[in-house]
Amino acid sequence: MATLHTRSAARLMIAPSVLLLLAWMIVPLAMTIYFSFLRYNLLMPGMEEFAGFSNYSYFLTDPAFFQAIFNTLAIVLGVLFITVVGGIALALLLDQPMFGQGIVRILVIAPFLIMPTVAALVWKNMFMNPVNGLFAWVAKLFGLQPFDFLANAPLMSVILIVAWQWLPFATLILLTALQSLDEEQKEAAQMDGASAWSRFIYLTLPHLSRAITVVILIQTIFLLSVFAEILVTTNGGPGTQSTNLTFLVYAQALLQFDVGGASAGGIIAVILANIVAFFLMRMIGKTLEA
Amino acid sequence: MARNVSTQRKLVITVVAWTIGILIFFPILWTFLTSFKTEAEAIASPPSLLFFEWTTENYFEVQSRSNYFRHFMNSVVVSFGSTLIGLVIAIPSAWAMAFSPTKRTKDVLMWMLSTKMMPSVGVLVPMYLLFRNTGLLDTRTGLVIVLTLINLPIIIWMLYTYFKEIPGEILEAARMDGASLAKEIIYVLTPMAIPGIASTLLLNIILAWNEAFWTLNLSAAKAAPLTAFIASYSSPEGLFYAKLSAASTMAIAPILILGWFSQKQLVRGLTFGAVK
Repeated sequence: MATLHTRSAARLMIAPSVLLLLAWMIVPLAMTIYFSFLRYNLLMPGMEEFAGFSNYSYFLTDPAFFQAIFNTLAIVLGVLFITVVGGIALALLLDQPMFGQGIVRILVIAPFLIMPTVAALVWKNMFMNPVNGLFAWVAKLFGLQPFDFLANAPLMSVILIVAWQWLPFATLILLTALQSLDEEQKEAAQMDGASAWSRFIYLTLPHLSRAITVVILIQTIFLLSVFAEILVTTNGGPGTQSTNLTFLVYAQALLQFDVGGASAGGIIAVILANIVAFFLMRMIGKTLEA
Repeated sequence: MARNVSTQRKLVITVVAWTIGILIFFPILWTFLTSFKTEAEAIASPPSLLFFEWTTENYFEVQSRSNYFRHFMNSVVVSFGSTLIGLVIAIPSAWAMAFSPTKRTKDVLMWMLSTKMMPSVGVLVPMYLLFRNTGLLDTRTGLVIVLTLINLPIIIWMLYTYFKEIPGEILEAARMDGASLAKEIIYVLTPMAIPGIASTLLLNIILAWNEAFWTLNLSAAKAAPLTAFIASYSSPEGLFYAKLSAASTMAIAPILILGWFSQKQLVRGLTFGAVK
């Protein structure tokens, strides 16, 4: 079908996107690699000098770095766990016949459309605040001491806020997948005497596996670089208790003006993301072909 | 059998689902309601859900405090601008990959997706310096450029999955009838592709509107879109819940409404067509 004429035209049409993305990948990344070997602070312009691997050894021996790695993974895994389990439960519920299904769907989807800074500030002030927050009021109602979420459990609080934002996404995708499950198969299993639980394990869950893979892939991309939620709630603190890798590099670059150190951190973040991406791409590559 | 669900069961499920739905939606509802309270009422204990004196004063105060409309316009320009430019670049590419696929098409698509996996923070420093040195820092143009680049892979993927469903035979027929490449695109492909393009447009406006890494780091007073405008409320300052709520409501309302209309596209776009 493709003649020589259309094939070269096709190349020409793909070229702008490929070149732009290539430039977007290579130019800044090459600069980051270059900076990461310099002693370069924005407050001391003109003092740049070659620093070898000292930025890397500074970053890799910083206790905050290990805390940040741990927090990054905790956020990704915590949110994935809540959203996948919660998403499956919600999708199963919403798949049942009920009155006003469309409206419930609209309600459930809403958090995904909220910009991260708004979501985080609303949760921080109007719900988690230990004095005026709604949670504090509920705690007092039951005669309990209000809990200062962001001071005492900062990482958990960030995970909760982010999970609230992503639960709708997981639900929506799993629900879409669920609706393509053959009704007759379910009925046949039921007639054969399969219990609701075994129908779920042997029929529904395998059917959802592709959708679950996609949820994990997409969410991981975004969750590895959670930023705004941390910036407006805890600012990475107290100490570095809720600092993830993205926030750590941001702080090094734009709060301490340490270009060299931040670049080394950025490169480490890219390497780690690539390790994760390597496995994810193999996963999605398989599911997309299936 | 499964179709004759008893009304009783349906009622129970309705109640449970509505309760959970309202719980999930509650923070947004609460923000909306609080925006019409006075500051004193916003932190009153016990809090009142509906029975308070409604006031719109907060909205005016938010506007006078930091010129909400300028930030709103920044958001509009940045999200629409980056999406439209992205579409112009992506449509030919997606078209070519969908209709003249080669052995490498799959790899090219995968590679494009992989650029999305590079953590933004890895290139924060050079982007910041490049922007500072070229005067793009805190400009709408700068934000449009960055958001175009970060959303381009998603735009291409989404268009690709839509275009692939257009039957190739129709194009061949047009070609046989002597339509040139340009005519083929304008008269045959475009009308069939418009729904897909519209969905892509919608989803990417939502993504760009809510993007909060680059917009926070590369903008200050001048070009700050709503994400950054709201972040300016992050340091507590006396009584501010009602004002925060009003600002938040104004920041999320347009996109919330747009998003509700495009649930299906959301799924399709963000899963790159892998779940239908």
